[in-house]
Amino acid sequence: MIRISAPDTAEMGEIVEVKAMIQHPMETGYRRDAKGDVIPRNIIKQFRCAYGGNTVFEATFFPGIAANPFLAFCLRATRTGPIEFSWTDQHGETWSETRQLTVS
Amino acid sequence: MDDPTFSPIRWNRRTLIGAAGGTALAAVLPPMAEATPEEADAAIREMFGEIPINEGRVWVKLPPIAENGNSVAIDITVDSPMSDDDHVRRIGIFSPRNPIATIAEFRLGPHAGRAQVSTRVRLAGTQTLRVIAEMSDGTLWAGKATTYVTLAACVIG
Amino acid sequence: MKWALLIGALCLAGCNKPESTYARNSDVKAGDIKSGYAFLQDDTKALQDDDFANPGFLWVDRGKRLFETAETGASTCSTCHGAHGMPLKGVAAHYPKVDAKTGKLLNLEAAINLCREQHQGLEPLAYESDDLLGMTAYVASLSRGEPVSVDITGPAAKYYEEGRDYFFRRKGQFNLACSQCHNEHWGEKLRGDTISQGHGNAFPAYRLEWQDFGSLHRRLRDCDAGIRAEPQDYGSETYMAVELYLAKRAEGLAMESPGVRR
Repeated sequence: MIRISAPDTAEMGEIVEVKAMIQHPMETGYRRDAKGDVIPRNIIKQFRCAYGGNTVFEATFFPGIAANPFLAFCLRATRTGPIEFSWTDQHGETWSETRQLTVS
Repeated sequence: MDDPTFSPIRWNRRTLIGAAGGTALAAVLPPMAEATPEEADAAIREMFGEIPINEGRVWVKLPPIAENGNSVAIDITVDSPMSDDDHVRRIGIFSPRNPIATIAEFRLGPHAGRAQVSTRVRLAGTQTLRVIAEMSDGTLWAGKATTYVTLAACVIG
Repeated sequence: MKWALLIGALCLAGCNKPESTYARNSDVKAGDIKSGYAFLQDDTKALQDDDFANPGFLWVDRGKRLFETAETGASTCSTCHGAHGMPLKGVAAHYPKVDAKTGKLLNLEAAINLCREQHQGLEPLAYESDDLLGMTAYVASLSRGEPVSVDITGPAAKYYEEGRDYFFRRKGQFNLACSQCHNEHWGEKLRGDTISQGHGNAFPAYRLEWQDFGSLHRRLRDCDAGIRAEPQDYGSETYMAVELYLAKRAEGLAMESPGVRR
């Protein structure tokens, strides 16, 4: 599951805050299961937010990022269009969601 | 760690010998490594290169007490106009105590509008996190924050 | 030889504890009843209160989607339980309750599965699966702020007594009863933690320790494992009875699901 918080509308040039959270265990690779075996590392490695033809924010995660990773960051509203949020894990699997921003 | 299929150990001769062997092995293997402040410094160098670090312009907020190190809120703000000529390029979060010193790297730019990032991190104990920001002019600026990490009682596993 | 037998017998007598002993009668005074929320650090409270960042909402969202989406050949939950039908706002605060037809005690999870089987012709969802957690979280979230209020009369009475018995019975290697920490020592320190009163009004909840969302049964299993007692099964009648007892004990506290706890 993915949760996004982004405004529907903004004024030209306005700086808006967006938030994104994705359900993911961010398994560190240090935990052990009930039998004592190490649970292998399984984390999301990259996050990218693209808007208006630019990458407005990017993140590289390491195991020190908490489970169900949460991010809040800002972007400058420049034109009406989609804001695309995408995540990629260490195996190359990707998830993405889009929100439309209308700029007046 | 809770496992839906958890059941307590049934002690018999086999499990006892296994446990004894496991204890002997654990005594020989190194415990889970903790980073050191030197490793955090090395991680900073690896991300940003051998450039002098200026203290300031980076504001880091952590709660004074973190109830559980599994998820601690961190807020970072960097003083910067975020214009085409003068903006934050990258921000790195570093731990002198977690098993891995680098926690995250963020890449911004003028399109971000404001150099402000919030996330939630894992902290393997009480520590002071360092946050380094790389500006568009190549300079590095640093801020830090400390939190006391307590552990929940009735820890399972 | 006689001495060996005598010593052996004395040892056995010493080792043989009664099958179950009980902690003394105790309670939390009506004016002192406090949600587990009150025992959290500010940062954790803030996370629960944040309607975006509270990770429990990942499961509430999942549940809402399941609630509104038709599985093959079945109607959606929202068909019956939409605004025009039997809305579920406030309903979760009155669970567990006894099913009139079968006489069995049902918690929210069991009621959801019963509904799926009887009214939608669907397979029940596995206990502690993301889907059942999602559905439970969504339905419970519709009762946020509603005071907990359960019926322990009539057919529910025997389950209430069973739950009360479990709460006061000493068990596990530590030989502790729930009441000893949660009635007699709430507010005091256990390692770095402040002991709560052990209410279930925020469940299902996101536990920082699990880094995951879980049901009250998962938490009860942790409680039992914490005193080195054998955890009961998910969905067990024993834990349902304990849920009922805890709900009566928490009467008047506001529902908080999806909660955030340590």
